[in-house]
Amino acid sequence: MWRFIGFRMLQAIPVLLVVITVTFFLIRLAPGGPFDSEKAVIPEVQAALEAQYRLNLTLFQQYASYLGDLSHGNLGPSFKYPGRSVNELIAAGFPVTAELAFYALLVALVIGGIAGVVASLKPNSVQDYIPMSVAMIGICMPSLLLGPILILIFGIYLDWLPVSGWNDSPGDKILPAVTLGSAYAAYIARLSRAGMLEVMSQDYIRTARAKGLPEWQVISRHALRGGMIPVIAFLGPAFAGLLSGSFVVETIFQIPGLGRFYVQAAFNRDYTMILGSTIFLATLIVFFNLLSDIVAAWMNPRLRDKLRAP
Amino acid sequence: MLKVQNLSISFVTRIGVNKAVDNVSFSVEPGKITAIIGESGSGKSVACCSLLGLIPSPPGIIENGRALFDGIDLLKLSEAQLQKIRGSDIAMVFQDPMTCLNPYMTIGDQLTESLRYHQKARRKEARQRAVELLQEVGIREPASTIDDYPHQFSGGMRQRVMIAMALINEPKLLIADEPTTALDVTIQSQILQLLADIQKQRNIGILFISHDLAVIADIADQIIVMQEGKVVETGTRSDIFHNPQHLYTRKLLAAIPTDCKQATLPKSEPLIEIRDLCTWFQRDKAPLKAVDGVSFDIYRGEVLGLVGESGSGKSTIGRSILRLVNVTRGQVIFDGLNITALGPRELKKLRSRMQFIFQDPFASLNPRMTVYETLAEPLLLHGIEDRSTVSTSVLRLMDNVGLARSFARKYPHEFSGGQRQRIAIGRALATRPEFVVADEPVSALDVTIQAQILTLMQELGREYGLTMLFISHDLAVVRQLADRIVVLQAGKVVEQASSVNLFSQPQTTYTRQLLQSIPGRGLLKSKIAHD
Repeated sequence: MWRFIGFRMLQAIPVLLVVITVTFFLIRLAPGGPFDSEKAVIPEVQAALEAQYRLNLTLFQQYASYLGDLSHGNLGPSFKYPGRSVNELIAAGFPVTAELAFYALLVALVIGGIAGVVASLKPNSVQDYIPMSVAMIGICMPSLLLGPILILIFGIYLDWLPVSGWNDSPGDKILPAVTLGSAYAAYIARLSRAGMLEVMSQDYIRTARAKGLPEWQVISRHALRGGMIPVIAFLGPAFAGLLSGSFVVETIFQIPGLGRFYVQAAFNRDYTMILGSTIFLATLIVFFNLLSDIVAAWMNPRLRDKLRAP
Repeated sequence: MLKVQNLSISFVTRIGVNKAVDNVSFSVEPGKITAIIGESGSGKSVACCSLLGLIPSPPGIIENGRALFDGIDLLKLSEAQLQKIRGSDIAMVFQDPMTCLNPYMTIGDQLTESLRYHQKARRKEARQRAVELLQEVGIREPASTIDDYPHQFSGGMRQRVMIAMALINEPKLLIADEPTTALDVTIQSQILQLLADIQKQRNIGILFISHDLAVIADIADQIIVMQEGKVVETGTRSDIFHNPQHLYTRKLLAAIPTDCKQATLPKSEPLIEIRDLCTWFQRDKAPLKAVDGVSFDIYRGEVLGLVGESGSGKSTIGRSILRLVNVTRGQVIFDGLNITALGPRELKKLRSRMQFIFQDPFASLNPRMTVYETLAEPLLLHGIEDRSTVSTSVLRLMDNVGLARSFARKYPHEFSGGQRQRIAIGRALATRPEFVVADEPVSALDVTIQAQILTLMQELGREYGLTMLFISHDLAVVRQLADRIVVLQAGKVVEQASSVNLFSQPQTTYTRQLLQSIPGRGLLKSKIAHD
C-alpha cells in the first residue's frame, strides 16, 4: 500500500508543477498590476514598491525565485495586505472554509444518499421519479440562485434562520451548508441510485432473499456496501470541489472564508495570494482524490489484499 | 412433502405475454432426490423460484396453481409469511458460486446471518454451528477460513460454502438450481457426492434442477422432464434412462456424448511441434507457472484433445501456440516455422492460417457488429476477398455453419447461445485456416445444442481438412471429437494417448480420477454394452 501511495504522491508533483507554472504566467497576462490605481503614485514610490516585491526582475527571474521560496513552503507576502504573508491569510481563512465544506458534504451525503437509495428501490415509479427530478433541479440550479431563494424563504418570510455571518448566531451555518451542498447532494443521489440498481440485480442479492432475510436487512447488510462504493470514490473529489467552489456561497452569506480572499485576490491582482491559494487547493484536490481512492479500494475485499501487498 | 399442482406462470412485457410455466404439476418426497431436467428457457428455474416468491414481479405473474408444502399453499402466503419459510424450511443453492456469494462480506457473516435471524441464535453459538457445518461440507480448517472473503475460495469451495449456508437452518427441502453447471467435472462429481451424502444423513428432500441428464444419472430418485414450460415426462430414474416414453426425453438422452471416436487417420507428419513450452505469468513474488515444460505434437488433420481441470494451463497452451500470450521459454514450430521467434509482421501473415474459437460466445462477439460484418471482417483484413466479392463468401460461410441467410443483418444479442457459437465458428473458418484452437467451445451451451455444435465441428473439420486443438475440461465431450488426448495437470503433461487407449487403459492415477468423475458413468457403460 505504501508503494501505491508513494507512487501516487510522485505522480502529483508534475501535476502541481504544471498548475503553478500555468497560473503564474496566466495572471501576469491579465492587464494591470497590484499597484496600479486611479491615483497617480510618485515614480520613486512605485519603483520602491516593485523592488520590494521583486517586480523589477524579469518574469523568469520572478518565477525562479518564487519556486525557490515555494520549495521551503513559503508562499510569499501578500501584495494587498501589507505585512501579512499568504501563509497567514490561508491559515486564517481555510478553517472556516473547511468547516463549511464539511457541513455541506454531510448535507450532500445524507440527503443524496437517502434519496438515491429510496429511488433505487422502486425504479421507474413515483418513488424514483420525484427524488430524481428534484436531484436534476439541484444539479441545474446554481448556488448563486439557490442561496438568495433560501434566504428569502427561510430567513425573511419565515424568519427561522439567520441569513449571514459565521459563528455569530445559532443556526447561521445551516443555510450556507444547504446551499453549497445541494448540487453535490443531487449528484450523490444519482450516483447512489445507479450503484444500488447495479448491486440489487446481482445474484448475491437473490441469495440473501433466499435466506429469508427481511428486505431491509437485504438492503442494509448486502446491497449498501457494494452500492455505495461509487459514492465513496466521489467523496474525495466532492470535498475538494466544495473547498475550492465555496466562494459564491461565502460571498452570499458574508462568511470570512478562503474563497472570498481568493476572489478578491483575483480582482486586486494580488499575485502571490492567487498563486498561493491555487497551489494550496490543487494540493488538497490531489490529496482528497488519493484518499477516496484508497478508501474505496479498502472497502472492496478483493482490492484490499492488493493494497496490503508491499 | 411438496406438491405442486397446475402451476402456470407468465411474464408480461411490452412485447407480449410469455407463458414460462404452463400447467405444471410435480411432487417432491422427503428423503428423495427429485430432478427437474430441461433446457434453458424450459421454465424449470422459474417454476422452482416461484415457490419461494423469488421471481421478479412484475413482469412475472403466477396465474394459477397450488404449491402445498406440508399442507400450506406457498403461493397464497404473504411476503412476511414466505420470508419465514425461505432459508429455514426451504433453502436454495444457486448455479454460479462466483456471483452468488456477497463479495463484501466474510463467509462467516453470510453463513450465520440467517441462523441469527430465523432462530435468534447468539453470535457465539451461530459461529460454532457454522464452523461445524463448514467441516461437514468439506472446507479445510473452517475455524480460521470462516473469516475469509469469498474471493479467497475456489469455485468448488464456494459451492460448498453455499451448501453449508443453505443447510444452516436444517431445512426440510433443499432446492438446488444447476448447482454444478459452473464447475469442473472433477469438482462436479465431488459436489454431487456431497449432496447425495447430505440427503441421506439428514433425510431431507432435494429438488435438483439441471439441463444435463448425465449429471443426475447417479443420484436422482425421481426425474421430471420439462420442455417449453410443460412437463413432458415424469418417472423414476430407471424409467427415464431405460424406458423413455417422450420423444424429447429420448433426444436429451441421445445428446449425452457417449461414443468414442475411433482413430482412423494414418500417421502423418506433425503440423505443430511444441517443445518444452513454458508460459509464466509475473506475480508479486514467485511467477505463476501456468505452462511448465510441455512438449507434444499435433499431426496434420487430427483433432487433439487437451484435457485438464481449470488452472491446469490448457487454455494458456492454446493461447501460447497462437502467440496471444507471451511465451517464457520453449518453441512452437508451425509447419517448419518457429512461431515463438517471429516478429509482428510475419506473425500477421500466419494469423490467417490459425484461428481461435472461444468459450463464451456471448463475450467474444462484438455486440455492435452484425453477423455479416463479423464474418466479412477477417476476409477483408487478410485480403482474401475484396468489397465486391466478399458477400458471396460470407453467405456461403453462413450456409456452412448452419445459419439462415436472412440472419445476416442481425446483431449477436438477437441469437441464442448455440447460434452465436455458430457465428464464432464461422468467423474462425472464414480465412480457411489450417489450424484451429477451440477453447471449451461447448461448455456454455445446453446439452442438445452442445451435441449439434460438436456434430457441426466434426463435419466442418472433415470438409475443411482442419487440424484442431480441442480444449475442454469434459472428457466425455473430448472423446467424441478427438483422435488423441493429452491430459494436463498443473501445467505439466500427465499422459498422452489415443482416445480409445486413454479410456480403456488409463496409465496414471490422475487420468483414472478424471475418468471416474464423468457424470453418469454407469449409464454410459450400460449404453455402450447395449449398443
